[in-house]
Amino acid sequence: MKPAPFEYCRADTLDEALDLMAEFGSDASVLAGGMSLGPMLNMRLARPAAVIDINPIESLSGIAAKDDTVETGALCRQVDALGSSLIAGAVPLLAEALPFVGHFQTRNRGTLGGSVCHADPSAEIPLTLVALGGGIVLERKGQARTVSAHDFFDGIFTTSRAPDELVTALRWPRRTARTGHAFGEIAQRHGDFAIGAVAAAAAVTPDGSLSAVSLGLGGIEDRPVLADLSDFAGAPATPQTAAEAARLAAERADPIEDPKASAAYRRQLVRVLGARVLERAFERAGASPC
Amino acid sequence: MTEGGRWVGAPVPRKEDEALLTGHARFIDDMEPVPGIRHAALLRSPHAHADIVSIDISKAAAHPGVHGVVIGADIAAATAPIPSAVRVPIDYYPMAADKVRYAGEPVALVAAEDRYVAEDALELIEVDYRPLPPVIDLNAAIDDDSVLLHEAVGSNVVHHRSFRYGDPEAAFEEADRVVRLDWTFPRYSSTPMETYGAVAQFEPAPDRYTIWSNFQGPFILHALMCGALRVPGNRLRLITSPQSGGSFGIKQGMYPYMVLLAAASRLLGAPLKWIEDRLEHLVGSSAASNREDAVEAAFRKDGTLIGIKFLNVVDVGAYIRAPEPASIYRMHAASNGAYRVDNIFVDNRLVTTNRLPIGLNRGYGGPQFFFALERAMDAGARALGIDIAEIRRRNFIPKDAFPYRAPAGALYDAGDYEAGLDKALDLAGYAELCAERGRAREEGRLFGIGIATAIEPSGSNMAYVTLAQTPEERARAGGRSGGLGTCTISIDPSGAVTVKTVSTPAGQGHATVAAQIVADTLGLTPDDVDVVTEIDTLTGAWSLASGNYANRFSSVVVDAIGDAARLVADKVRAVAAEDLEVAPEDVELAGGAARVVGVPEKSLPFRRVAAKTHWHPAGLPEGMAPGIFETAIVSPPELGPPDGQDRVASAVTFGFICDLAAVEIDRGTGKVEVGKYVSVHDVGNVLNPLIVEGQIIGGFAHGVGGALLEEMVYDDDGNPLSGTFADYLCVTAPEMPALTIGHVDTPSPQTALGSKGMGDGCSMLAPTAIANAVADALGREDVDPPFTLNKVWDLAADDGGAG
Repeated sequence: MKPAPFEYCRADTLDEALDLMAEFGSDASVLAGGMSLGPMLNMRLARPAAVIDINPIESLSGIAAKDDTVETGALCRQVDALGSSLIAGAVPLLAEALPFVGHFQTRNRGTLGGSVCHADPSAEIPLTLVALGGGIVLERKGQARTVSAHDFFDGIFTTSRAPDELVTALRWPRRTARTGHAFGEIAQRHGDFAIGAVAAAAAVTPDGSLSAVSLGLGGIEDRPVLADLSDFAGAPATPQTAAEAARLAAERADPIEDPKASAAYRRQLVRVLGARVLERAFERAGASPC
Repeated sequence: MTEGGRWVGAPVPRKEDEALLTGHARFIDDMEPVPGIRHAALLRSPHAHADIVSIDISKAAAHPGVHGVVIGADIAAATAPIPSAVRVPIDYYPMAADKVRYAGEPVALVAAEDRYVAEDALELIEVDYRPLPPVIDLNAAIDDDSVLLHEAVGSNVVHHRSFRYGDPEAAFEEADRVVRLDWTFPRYSSTPMETYGAVAQFEPAPDRYTIWSNFQGPFILHALMCGALRVPGNRLRLITSPQSGGSFGIKQGMYPYMVLLAAASRLLGAPLKWIEDRLEHLVGSSAASNREDAVEAAFRKDGTLIGIKFLNVVDVGAYIRAPEPASIYRMHAASNGAYRVDNIFVDNRLVTTNRLPIGLNRGYGGPQFFFALERAMDAGARALGIDIAEIRRRNFIPKDAFPYRAPAGALYDAGDYEAGLDKALDLAGYAELCAERGRAREEGRLFGIGIATAIEPSGSNMAYVTLAQTPEERARAGGRSGGLGTCTISIDPSGAVTVKTVSTPAGQGHATVAAQIVADTLGLTPDDVDVVTEIDTLTGAWSLASGNYANRFSSVVVDAIGDAARLVADKVRAVAAEDLEVAPEDVELAGGAARVVGVPEKSLPFRRVAAKTHWHPAGLPEGMAPGIFETAIVSPPELGPPDGQDRVASAVTFGFICDLAAVEIDRGTGKVEVGKYVSVHDVGNVLNPLIVEGQIIGGFAHGVGGALLEEMVYDDDGNPLSGTFADYLCVTAPEMPALTIGHVDTPSPQTALGSKGMGDGCSMLAPTAIANAVADALGREDVDPPFTLNKVWDLAADDGGAG
């Protein structure tokens, strides 16, 4: 359980990192928290020629309010996001999802950006970003672009990041008035990769009907996806609607199957957990001030 | 100290903990006992079943930093096969030569300057495999037309024996109700924090081997290792590390690797160090057996159990590896469990498949045995409309029947099972729990209660495994019996006391308890007594049964410690008596002194008296040998050989456990919530309540793992699917249900301190108690652990449409 030989490259600045990315391209792995990369190197599942350590780059660590988003640096540790009052107030869905991410020991080191780049289909942080319609800031030498989370995840462990691009920040839409969110998942043990995770977002009008509703699904398909619930705009924000919407989301899902769970079971999780989180999101939206 | 002024029985904090908690404990990986060590890595088969056509090691051998490469053919030439008690033509070597029989089986060893280089070189070895059809399905493996693992055996069934006690046929004929359960028990394992590790050195002039390791015994395996290495016992020196990072039985299974490393050290001319990594551990160490068994229980209308049949089909993995088939015979002599049933039939079929060979794991045969017996009791109760507690009460061996000779030969030392059950019901609030179940069911919730009881055999008779042989075969092989415990206590010229237990603990706190016992006998404090628990087979007093397994410390080893302490005490008192000018029987050892009974001011410091045996031999009582170095060796006299009717006193003490579980199942997700778990134990006299509590909690965690999470899964091709800790799921803190512990302790007449063995504990019962509760909740008896989400949801969804 020892890694194959690789070159260790320490980047002290963003420019240095982007130079190294340009030099090594797809031969490099970027080391952020190392919570997934470390084991993959040790098991020789990842065999990069170079590991680019971006941990010294201080500018990648912040959490900042920007207009209608909260921007987190790619190196923002999960523990810091969890402790942030800005995120608790403005991105409550992320705050609710983070305790499900690994364990407190791994959250001390694990980063938001690293989880997004790793693109495990059952990971909570990518799901949350998709459910909120967030964006990913990617930089290469002399160039930056922002990709919507929806377009970023291509499949199991694959994203639209180019080999020489570095994820530098994540953009989380701020919660607006009369919206509510809720997160839930089921794993065999707390902190394990979810067998199924759901992230609900809803906006409720003062008369109690839904102006918007969405349900993000993690661990169900090969990437985090948003169930199409546009049919439910205008429906009453009731437990019955929640159950009905979850049932429809389950019907429309195309679940994967693995030794942990059948497709039927994953569909069931969308139905059961989906109804539970949608109902909670409706309640929170209704209770939220205008 | 206890109120009675004794250390034994008091909650003495563990002597071991300071070093462990401050990072000063030394484990095998900390040891570099000789210079020039090379680091070994193993190439393992990716195939479950394949012929090895050729191996090309030239590139690996030429890789910079590589010292040498060894393959299976080298090992086969340098060693003899390792036998087991099952006499079948299977040549088991620690490395495959011609054919691999499980994914993970070693096929080559690289020794290099460090482990990184060794693993780099493994990738340069080219092995040409010719895949063979894998034998994975246990029921298919026993078919006559199955592909065979071992052609020379002519069958995958490598052992088949039936046993009959009383008249089981008549009992089944007479029964009002027969309950049969066909069940599958999962293969799971022990996963200590520290994996296997060893340093092996061959030295010539004369040819001899030394192996430092975290092997735990039983040291009867030393004899097998000597046979494999073709040396007499005094040319294979085994030394264990000062501390072991956990075992739970699994570190028995490293002995083939010790043989491999020793032989490779000789072939390569260098001492070799190998630390198993987690990936290796999960595919290449050992496991408890998975089973495809059936149990039939014959009841009278009133719930009396009058007969029981165990039809066991045991997956031993790719080889029958000593001490197997012990796991199927460990519980055999106590096949009646806690009950008075006299008519017993047991049929054992041991089957080779393309899986990792089985071996010791916590409870060793107990989890599977009690699953059969105790699932049958709950199912029988439900079939007869009798309460699950009541049916046990009606069948328990009554407290005035002890010592009780079980039909298959076990001698149960002491117990009050009904009191144990009552205590469990009381702690669980059983009546209210049943009412809660009623309310839950009215609301359509899936709520269930399960009970399981066990007797806990401790301090094994080394001869029980010979039940695998017929009485005639045993007679030919010569007598076998007993289970020796040893202890040496020395006092050095400074008067300081050192105890050697050779008990190779892996976290059980032997040093603490040994110090308590010796402190009581010598009138000292536990802090005055240093304890060395590791073994050195060349310099210490040890025997076949030495080691750490089958709860043997508090059932056997404590008696050796007590005996050795008394020998020391007698000598110290005799020396003091002469100086104090009284008779030895008038001298007591207390408060760190030897003093005249009734005249405490007339005393001498213990250390001074003890030191005198070194400093002033001429001043000792006439005829007394100088120095203090006392060894006691005990073997419980009741541990005789099996008789002609296959009855054997298989263990020294028999504790009792009664577990009660209440679960609720989420219909929506299949999640099993263990809302209540009560466990009542009879461990005899408690030697140290802190350690007893820790052991019970640990055994419970292991049992909960077996019930809810743990399984070594293989796909149909024999690929291990649980090769990392992301796939093989152990219980972590959030998964631990709350545990309520109770005690009804009956002193054992078999041990000087009245203690019984303990430690397996709830690891033997939690899978069953929880399965019983799940069966109750779901209203069906076909429930097999582990109760994972999808599986339980499937069972609940198939709940006759109730959901």
